[in-house]
Amino acid sequence: MALRPAGEFDVSFARDMATIRRGWQWVLLFVFIAALYALPFYADESTTSLVNRIGITIIAVQGLNLLTGLTGQISLGQAAFMTAGGYISALLVGKLGWHFLAALPTAALGAGVVGLLFGLPSLRVKGFYLVMATLAAQFIIPWFTRNAFPEVLNGTQGLNVAVPEIFGLKFNKPDQYIWLTLSVLIPSTIVAHNVSRSRLGRAFVSIRDNDLAAELLGINLFKYKLFAFFLAALYAGAAGSLEAHNLRHLNSETFNLTDSIFLLGMLVVGGLGSNLGPIFGSIVVEILTDASTMFGPFIVELFPEAVGGAQAMRPLFFGVTLILFLIFEPRGLAHRWQIFKAAWRLRPFSHT
Amino acid sequence: MNWQLLPQFVISGLLTGGPIALTALGLVLVFKSSYIFNFAHGQLLLLGALMTWWLAVERELPLWLSVVLALALSAVIGLAIERFTLRPMTGQPLLSIILMTLGLSQVLQGLALLLFGGAQRNFPQIFSAENPYIITLPLLMDERPIILILKQNLVWSFVVAMLGVILISAFFRFTPIGLAMRGASEDHELAQSLGLRIHRIFGLSWAMAGMVATAAGILLATSSGLDLSLSIVVLAAFPVVLLGGIESIPGVIVGGLLIGLVQGVVSAFQVQWARDMTEIVPYLVLLIVLLIRPEGLFGQKRIERI
Repeated sequence: MALRPAGEFDVSFARDMATIRRGWQWVLLFVFIAALYALPFYADESTTSLVNRIGITIIAVQGLNLLTGLTGQISLGQAAFMTAGGYISALLVGKLGWHFLAALPTAALGAGVVGLLFGLPSLRVKGFYLVMATLAAQFIIPWFTRNAFPEVLNGTQGLNVAVPEIFGLKFNKPDQYIWLTLSVLIPSTIVAHNVSRSRLGRAFVSIRDNDLAAELLGINLFKYKLFAFFLAALYAGAAGSLEAHNLRHLNSETFNLTDSIFLLGMLVVGGLGSNLGPIFGSIVVEILTDASTMFGPFIVELFPEAVGGAQAMRPLFFGVTLILFLIFEPRGLAHRWQIFKAAWRLRPFSHT
Repeated sequence: MNWQLLPQFVISGLLTGGPIALTALGLVLVFKSSYIFNFAHGQLLLLGALMTWWLAVERELPLWLSVVLALALSAVIGLAIERFTLRPMTGQPLLSIILMTLGLSQVLQGLALLLFGGAQRNFPQIFSAENPYIITLPLLMDERPIILILKQNLVWSFVVAMLGVILISAFFRFTPIGLAMRGASEDHELAQSLGLRIHRIFGLSWAMAGMVATAAGILLATSSGLDLSLSIVVLAAFPVVLLGGIESIPGVIVGGLLIGLVQGVVSAFQVQWARDMTEIVPYLVLLIVLLIRPEGLFGQKRIERI
C-alpha cells in the first residue's frame, strides 16, 4: 500500500512514472550527492574510506538484488564474479596498458559472461540445488586464478593492481577514490531502479513468484534467468574492478565465500527485492562490522587465550544481526522504512 | 601416470572418502527429516572437534570421556539450534531458511574463534599414525607385486565412519523413531495430522546431526590436524550429498567413496595441472551431476504439482 503525501496527484503520465515527484526532493537529492562528493573536504580519511567501501559494496549487492531479490535465484557466487571482474580489470590495466575507464566496463562485461556460464545450471535446477551450482563457481573461479596461467595470473601470490589515473589525477587514496566509486554507484543505482520497473524487472519478478506460471504467460525462462545472472555478474564485475584498484592488490582470496555470504546477508537485512534494500543493508552491515572491531581490545582482555579473538566479532555481529532480521523482520529495513514513511504521513493518527 | 601406484591412490582415495561420507550423513539427516540443508554443518564439525580437544588436552580428561562429553554437548547445541533459530522459520521461504543456516555458520565460526582461538592444534592421536599396514597383493604388474601402504589412522577412521553410517541407516530402517522421521520427511502436514510430533522429530534429528558432526570432526582432526579451516572440509561433502541423492543414506556411502576415489585417481596423474585439479574435482562432479541428473544417483525424482 503506497500512501502518497496529501495533495499529490498524477496529472500526466510522466508524473505517474516519476520516481522523484517534488522539486524540493530533487534539491535534497543533489545536495546529498554533492555532500558525498565533497566528503574528502570535511571528513577524515577513515570516514571517507568507510564510505568508499560501502559504495563499492552497494554496487555488488545491487547486482545480487537483481538476481536473488527480483528473480529469486539464490546465488552464493557473487564474490567469485567480483574476483573475475577484478582480475580482468587488473590484467587489462597492468599487462595491456589499457586506460582504467575502458578497463572497468570491459571487466564488468567479462564478469557478466562468466556469470552467464555459471548461470547455465539455473535452467535445470532451482532452489538449493542452484545454491550448490553457484557455490561451485565460488570454488572454481578462485581455483582458476590460483592455478591457470601462472605466468600471467601469478598463482597464489596474486597481482599488484595499478593506480587508476584519469586526466592526470591519481586515484591512490580514499579521498580521491570515492569520486570514482560514486561516479559508478550513481548510474548503477539508476539502472537497477529502472530495470526493476521495466518489462525486464517485471519478467524477473514473475519468475520469482511462480516460474511455471511465468512460462505459461510467455516469458522465456531461459532468456530471462540468464539475463539476471548476466546483470548480477556485471554489477559484481564492476564492484570487483573498483575494489581491486582500491586495494591495489588482488589474489584468489580477496573475495571469498564469506564475502558472498555477507553480500546475501546485507541484501536480506536491507530488504530483498526493493531498490533501497541494497543501500540500507550495505550501510548497516558495513558500519556494524566496522564498529565490531572497536570491541577488539575489550575481547582480548576478556578471552586472553583466544588467538585472534578480536576477529571473531565480525562474523558474530553479522551472524546475529542476520538471524534477528530473519526472525523478526524478514522483509528488511526497506519495509521498516515504508512503514515509517506511512506512519509519518498519517500523523498524528498513525495506524500502521 | 604411474600404473604401479594407481591401486595405492585408489585405496587411499576410498579411505579418505569414509569420513567425508560421515560428514555428508549429518547433512542428509537434517535434510531427510526437516527439508533444511544445513550450511552450518562445517561449523558444527569444527566446534565438536574443538570441544573434544579442549576436554582432552586442556582439562586433561581421558580421551573416551571427552569424546562422550563432546558428543553430548553437540547434541545439546543441535537441539538449541533447532529450537531457537529454525523453529521460528517454519513455513518461511527457502531463501530465508538457507540464509538462516548461513547466518548460523557465521555465528558458530565466530564463537569457535572467540572461545578457542584460531591457532593450529595438535589433536590427540586416537589411532596411531605410525606402523602403516603394508599389504602385498598377489598380483603382478610389470613383473613386480603391487604393494599397498595403508596408514592406520586412515583405515580406522574409515572403519568408524562406515560403522556410523551403517548404524544410522539401521536406525532409520528398523526403529519406530526412524520410521517417524522418514514419515515426517515425506510431508510435514500429513505427518502431523497422523499424530507425529514433528518438532520433536526435527529436534531429535538436529541433535543426531550434531553428534554425527562431532564424530566426523574428531575423525577428520585425527587424520589432518585441527584448526579453523576444518569447517571448509565440509564443503567437500556437499557434492557427495548431491551425487548420492539428497535424501538417500546409501547414496551417502556411494557418493563419499566415489568422490574420494575420483580425487585419489586424479591425484595419481603425474601431470601438474591434473594434480592441481584435485581440490576442485568434487565441484566439477557437482556441476556435472546438476546438469545431467539433479536428483543424484539414489535420490527421489520429485514431480512438481501446479
